Amino acid sequence: MVGVANVSRIEQQSTLHGTEELVINMGPQHPSTHGVLRVILKLDGETVNDLDCDIGYLHRGTEKIGENINYTMFIPYTDRLDYIAAPSNNLAWVTAVEKFFDWEIPMRAQYIRSMVGELSRIASHLLWLATHALDIGAMTVFLWCFREREMVLDLFETAFGGRLTVNAFRLGGLHEDVPDKFLQLTQEFADIFPSRVDDYETLLTNNRIWLQRTRDVGIISAEDAMDLGLTGPIIRGSGVKWDLRRAKPYAAYPYLDFVVPIGENGDIYDRYLVRIEELRQSIYIIQQCLEQLPGGPVSCKTPRTIKPPEGEIYHSIENPKGEFGFYIVSDGTTTPYRVRIRPPSFINLGGLKKLCVGQLVADVVAIIGSIDIVLGECDR
Amino acid sequence: MDMALEVAVAAIKIFIVVNVVQLVVAYMIYVERKVIAHAQLRLGPMRVGWHGLLQPIADGLKLFLKEDIVPDKADRIVFVLAPVMVLVPALVVYAVLPFSATFYITQINIGLFFVLAISSLGVFGVVMAGWASNSKYSLLGALRSAAQMLSYEIFLGFSVIGPLMLAGSLNLQEIVHAQRDVWFVFYQPVAFIVFFVAALAETNRAPFDLPEAETELVAGFHTEYSGMKFAFFFLAEYASMMVISTIGIVLFFGGWEGPDFIPLPGFVWYCLKLGAFMFVFIWLRATLPRYRYDQLMRVGWKFMFPLVMLNIFLTGFLKYLFL
Repeated sequence: MVGVANVSRIEQQSTLHGTEELVINMGPQHPSTHGVLRVILKLDGETVNDLDCDIGYLHRGTEKIGENINYTMFIPYTDRLDYIAAPSNNLAWVTAVEKFFDWEIPMRAQYIRSMVGELSRIASHLLWLATHALDIGAMTVFLWCFREREMVLDLFETAFGGRLTVNAFRLGGLHEDVPDKFLQLTQEFADIFPSRVDDYETLLTNNRIWLQRTRDVGIISAEDAMDLGLTGPIIRGSGVKWDLRRAKPYAAYPYLDFVVPIGENGDIYDRYLVRIEELRQSIYIIQQCLEQLPGGPVSCKTPRTIKPPEGEIYHSIENPKGEFGFYIVSDGTTTPYRVRIRPPSFINLGGLKKLCVGQLVADVVAIIGSIDIVLGECDR
Repeated sequence: MDMALEVAVAAIKIFIVVNVVQLVVAYMIYVERKVIAHAQLRLGPMRVGWHGLLQPIADGLKLFLKEDIVPDKADRIVFVLAPVMVLVPALVVYAVLPFSATFYITQINIGLFFVLAISSLGVFGVVMAGWASNSKYSLLGALRSAAQMLSYEIFLGFSVIGPLMLAGSLNLQEIVHAQRDVWFVFYQPVAFIVFFVAALAETNRAPFDLPEAETELVAGFHTEYSGMKFAFFFLAEYASMMVISTIGIVLFFGGWEGPDFIPLPGFVWYCLKLGAFMFVFIWLRATLPRYRYDQLMRVGWKFMFPLVMLNIFLTGFLKYLFL
């Protein structure tokens, strides 16, 4: 740690024209590390020579908690992982546990699950766009996005009571059917939202400064992205068509029509475009869900105590941030023997060094924003 | 006796200007908050007074009463001196600004030169603040600031040469008189664009607000400052925005003179034009993302510098041919 006051020491060490690396602590209370991420940057001037991520400030032992309570009780804990898109986490857990059984989940529940999953994708991408744009200095986008995110949260409230950490799904379907008002409000939202996405794009997509800040910055090739195990919009931005909604369909996705957008260069701008297109695709999916929504029950008959057979399963779904999976080992009792979470943020964050070295400090902020991390899920 | 009277009048004028400037600055912050708030679908300050009109006073009071913190490892004297070094030049410049045909503190023949010379002193304060804070974020902010302000000072200096060649004087009043018929912005559009961009960079405003880029450097060179010392930086930033806007109005928009068919006093014209300038400053801040440090330098040296040089050459050439 070299401070300004130690100048004389530096002078002794280095020759007249010698330079030293400046070590900077970015976080855990830095405005643009999106939570409590600490990045230790080694700078040469403003160029990043090396960096190290320090995580774990939000570690709550979620996996261990999961091993001490029964399968149903763990559902509300999953909201707290990726708290930006809580219903998605619920969906990952319930679909993972359901994989132990051969329950027939009613179609109405499947469609509502897909619909709410897409709503949470919109909520997550809106928060990403808001903060990412704010990091690069476009302040107004932040509040515009929050206007729509508020609408999504209101929808969650109408359907499930919660807003941020929504406890949306149950093993075997839903707790109860969603109210008609939810469907009606979702329809209104779906009608309004595409024009709002156009508004964000007016401010950013063709903005020269935005292009200069995001194009050819933080490039990662498809091979590197695959080697690092990156998933979600990052790998799609690099041109790999990998989306679990298509690759391993769950909920109602086999019956729904949508495009998986991919980028070309794998830079920040491509990741931006991919996510913007995903916003539009999500709304398209929601509209299909609303049109095709079948009637009938929303839950299948499940036993009073959930006792999966002995064995292990891994199941993952496409969360807004990437592949979000649960690996569960069951010993045949009511509590899992082992719960392991595969958090996309944690693994995507592994690519940070590759993306940042050689770039400038200002780019680090933009790159962290473009990875779209949430520390709740990264630290578990 | 005359001498004493002159000094007394000057003292009163200085007192009025300095205090009015401070008050206007405080309310400019209010206007900025309101305008940006409405651009962002918010209401802005609403609680203190009618539509938050007393907010600046409450803010000022709060900053006065705040604990004055000097970091342990800071260089105490320089740390305290830095905000003064920033604010004083920003206020001194008002000595030569013409607010109307009759209301100004003094009139000197090298008015514009004086403005450019004094206002560039502000960068010392910024560097001092960054260095004395003994914090890495402050240091980086100060370095960025120094590089940015110094290079854009050059473009600013060159961009005013075009209008100066047309006016043939450095005296701000005479520059205004020279535009009685046509504003110089119509003769010198390129110079005006360069001037405006340089003005944004010079005052550290969006999209060139890198020295205080909140999301990267926390608050840049004034990260460690609080209370009234912080308020000094704030006041200085807005005071220099007003200075730069006034210079722009004088050089390109006919100063305090308006079109003859609308009979308004000169001071009102000045205020209207100043308001328009300020609004554009705020509007840009609400709309644009931020440039990166190297891009800022590239825009400056590779694009604006040749452009402004070409403008000077063309102005001289055309003037030689036609005047």
